[in-house]
Amino acid sequence: MADYVIEMLGISKFFPGIKANDNITLQLKRGEIHALLGENGAGKSTLMSVLFGLYQPDEGVIKKDGKVVKINNPNDANDLKIGMVHQHFKLVECYTVLENIILGVEPNTAGFLKLSETREKIINLSNKYGLKIDPDAVVENITVGMQQRVEILKMLYRDNDILIFDEPTAVLTPQEIDELMLIMKKLASEGKSILFISHKLSEIMSVANRCSVLRKGKYIGTVDIKDTTPEDLSTMMVGRKVNLQLEKKEAAPSETVLDVDNLTVSSSSSKKDVVKDVSFNVRRGEIVCIAGIEGNGQTELVQAITGLMKHKNGTIKLCGNDITNDSIRERSKKGISHIPEDRHKHGLVLDYNLAQNMVLQKYREPEFQKFGFIKFDAIKKYAQRLIKQFDVRSGQGVDTIVRSMSGGNQQKAIIAREIDKDPELLIAVQPTRGLDVGAIEYIHKAIIEQRDAGKAVLLVSLELDEVMNLSDRILVMYEGELVGEFKSSEVTTEQLGLFMTGAKKDKVSKEATK
Amino acid sequence: MSAGLLILIKFTLLSGIVLMYVALGGCFSEHSGVINIALEGVMVIGALFGILTLCVLPKSLPGFLIVTISIFVAMLSGIIYSSLLAFASINLKADQTIGGTALNILATAIALVVVKRYNNVINPGSQSPKLTYDNSLFLFKVGPLTLNVFIVLGLILLIASYLVLYKTKFGLHLRACGEHPQAADSVGINVYKMRWAGVLISGGLAGIGGMAYIVPSVQIWNFEVGVGGMGFLALAVMIFGKWHPGYIFLGSLFFAIFKSLANIYDSTFLANFHLTKEIYNMMPFIASLIVLMFTSKNSKAPKAEGIPYDKGMR
Repeated sequence: MADYVIEMLGISKFFPGIKANDNITLQLKRGEIHALLGENGAGKSTLMSVLFGLYQPDEGVIKKDGKVVKINNPNDANDLKIGMVHQHFKLVECYTVLENIILGVEPNTAGFLKLSETREKIINLSNKYGLKIDPDAVVENITVGMQQRVEILKMLYRDNDILIFDEPTAVLTPQEIDELMLIMKKLASEGKSILFISHKLSEIMSVANRCSVLRKGKYIGTVDIKDTTPEDLSTMMVGRKVNLQLEKKEAAPSETVLDVDNLTVSSSSSKKDVVKDVSFNVRRGEIVCIAGIEGNGQTELVQAITGLMKHKNGTIKLCGNDITNDSIRERSKKGISHIPEDRHKHGLVLDYNLAQNMVLQKYREPEFQKFGFIKFDAIKKYAQRLIKQFDVRSGQGVDTIVRSMSGGNQQKAIIAREIDKDPELLIAVQPTRGLDVGAIEYIHKAIIEQRDAGKAVLLVSLELDEVMNLSDRILVMYEGELVGEFKSSEVTTEQLGLFMTGAKKDKVSKEATK
Repeated sequence: MSAGLLILIKFTLLSGIVLMYVALGGCFSEHSGVINIALEGVMVIGALFGILTLCVLPKSLPGFLIVTISIFVAMLSGIIYSSLLAFASINLKADQTIGGTALNILATAIALVVVKRYNNVINPGSQSPKLTYDNSLFLFKVGPLTLNVFIVLGLILLIASYLVLYKTKFGLHLRACGEHPQAADSVGINVYKMRWAGVLISGGLAGIGGMAYIVPSVQIWNFEVGVGGMGFLALAVMIFGKWHPGYIFLGSLFFAIFKSLANIYDSTFLANFHLTKEIYNMMPFIASLIVLMFTSKNSKAPKAEGIPYDKGMR
């Protein structure tokens, strides 16, 4: 038994109305990388929060090296040498790397910090595990990859032996992911035990030794990675067979719908140009994807096209009409549908009910109002049809306050509204962010249906798998410029990664796209 | 040295030090994550009890003791009064701005009730909102310049504030709570405790600041006027000073010069402009408006300030 360094036996955790964890068992061997797989809301994070002392389990025990332990708070976890890299980094942005690593366990004399000795220890650790960092850099100025290395060093500095990684690859580029995988293997070979939370099957297959699967708060089973396939894992995770490969016909693009010429956009906070002289087009019957690492101008590009942001230079044409100076409402009326990046900020009015949200763009039409008075019955009927057609699930039907709905159903509601407008151009920004496999499958299908119905689709995504699966044509954006254009069938994720990080650049002119 | 310049230096130091105390106080509170808009009220309370102590202490005591005790009482009453803000905004998670505003309104009212009652006891029938006291113990002369003990104490506290905030474990923990309380919590720092510490320190400093504003310059004070907006001006100084003790010091002197112009306008070349005193009295406030207009865009404000910390929210 002693080869289990951590055992979580029969753990249950109840929240009002839900069983977040229901009798879950997880056993971690010394020196292994153990993946924890499950959809959103399957209870992975709750289980890890229990192990890290953020929640107390209602039932069950935790054993460390065979002995029962009680973990009341993160300090207890730390004393048991359990450390965690949270999904959203817990770093103080205006502190240096060094200050962040020592925060909470500062070496000091009478309260005064002693930074010089610490620096040496940290540099040694970073060399030992190949975690490149600059101890004096301020965290807000370093890359996400380096921030993650700082988080790992925080655990190593505290001599933690059990390392929890909560969805660590969500924010990384393909190159950084490869690097992280190497680091994790190195840590495991040094005797550290790693719990790796993920819902990306390819990563689990490449790095983990074993994998435990959760579904809807219940424990499904643990498998050895070498005896399993991604298909088996996804079936365990979702509870039914999921088609991992999207079925999609060859695109048959026809005339141009969106035509962007030399578009330049300045950031609203600083005067810098964040979109620089961008030209491209999107045709009927194709899905064009803008790929890139977050913050390279994709958001601003889309906001300039939809009218949420003012542009500085250039023209935007929709079906041959210049819409460069049209208002948001006019653009929407002329046939732009927008599934926004931030569904809470730009997609929904969270404290309105579902029916009201469904007519946010249509309430002015005679169908829904008379002399400025809203026809609530008509709105209700309309919303009921959409809910049925798009399978939007909610507690009280069209009267549900949108805030109380799950992320997947909120997103489905937006998609229902935007697709039902019968647009010329559908712009989808990160349409599956934070959703589970089932919902992702549904949304991908809906987007492909739109393409096949002869709409032009502009997709912006940070998820490379989504980019590769969904799009017909890929444009890579780096520091506000389009630096590469590919047919999705003719490019690999590794190549895309090189363009996304600016390691390679092509000149993209619109002539090539025609 | 011309007489005008001498007076300018005197008044600049007089009000500059006050602004510095209170802005430093705000600095501690905001670095911990709590916006202390109650500084104005805390100043009034500090001044009230500091001066009352000065009034009631027997004149037979050694001067040194009278000064120390009354300043200590000012600080202590500031701490106690600001604990109301700490309790409301940290434990009850109330809106910090509303809580602070309530304390500002309450402070002047408390001061009037206490002062009138005190005068009534000393001198039956009196309803005066004014306190009269002797400030000679607080003053000393260096050459032609009259200085006061608050200047010396303030400079010591300035250096101490810098060291505490940037060179100690306590300071590192405190600022982490104002920037990213979840991060602080995840490494075992008690965010609630640090925020209490931040607010109480700010109360102590603002309490002394209130006394430093009134005692050195006059021997009688009408508590109906509170502290005349000095607390709010100090907030502007803090923002102008980028929440950093060094810049706060410079910022207080900058604002104090504007404030002092009102004291020297009739005795120097400024008299040639024939402007009324009111114009000069408005100067520091107009200056703060303009300065904040230009500096608020790239402000260095602690990121989590004003947001009540809830352990359950992640």
